[in-house]
Amino acid sequence: MLARLCAACALAAITACYPRSDGVAETIRITVDNLAFVPAQVSAHVGDSIEWINNDFVAHTATDRKGAFNVMLPSHKVGTVTLKEAGSFDYYCRFHPTMTGHISVAGD
Amino acid sequence: MLKLATAALAALLLSVGTAGAQPAAKLNDAEIAHIAYTAGEIDIRSAQLALAKSKNKEVRAFAEDMVRDHKAVNEKALALVKKLNVTPEDNDTSKGLLRQASEKRAELERLSGVDFDKAYAANEVAYHKTVNSALETTLIPSASNAELKELLATGLKIFQGHELHAEHLVEMLR
Repeated sequence: MLARLCAACALAAITACYPRSDGVAETIRITVDNLAFVPAQVSAHVGDSIEWINNDFVAHTATDRKGAFNVMLPSHKVGTVTLKEAGSFDYYCRFHPTMTGHISVAGD
Repeated sequence: MLKLATAALAALLLSVGTAGAQPAAKLNDAEIAHIAYTAGEIDIRSAQLALAKSKNKEVRAFAEDMVRDHKAVNEKALALVKKLNVTPEDNDTSKGLLRQASEKRAELERLSGVDFDKAYAANEVAYHKTVNSALETTLIPSASNAELKELLATGLKIFQGHELHAEHLVEMLR
């Protein structure tokens, strides 16, 4: 698990970064409440960060279906990922696969 | 044989289902909390058996999910009964659950390899189905305390996911 997480981080780190044109990276917050990502769909720019706030008493993950990120979300903890590439990311919770979300990342 | 493991909860459902003819004694919050806690403990023990016996990656991942989630729910339940100053009460349903779980466990312990994996996965489907039905139709509606009701409802949502996951596991092992 840890190895996979590290691998995902390393991959994110070596991917070319294209900052948004205004140069201001944002943090987009997604809460996890009662086994759901809220909001389930968000739009972001390359360079922005996604912060998942797990309000549940069970652990979750935010795992990209294509392997771009795999963030552990322990109960009542926060997990973040910085978006390094543009694209469309469908993610889910590996522990509770009915929990799904989507991030659209614009290149600029 | 699968049904054996869940007969106590099924009996609970039946007794409520036929309440018109012969009213079942209403469960109090202490009994409800104990039934839910016991049901969780049984599933944790089954998962620990799977982790000791199975080499199948998917079965092991499922079992790890069961340990993690049921422990979290039961910790929450313990904290709640403490807060409410309620002493969990042993009752016929929880005793029956434990008795039948030990019979099921003996059956699973005799199996190995893919036979174990299939039997474990099938039992997880049957067990979660019965526990979820009991929660939905009996335990949640009977709970008086709002916090207990809410915890059981969240538990039900988590366990419904487990039921789907277990069904997926059964399909994969076919």
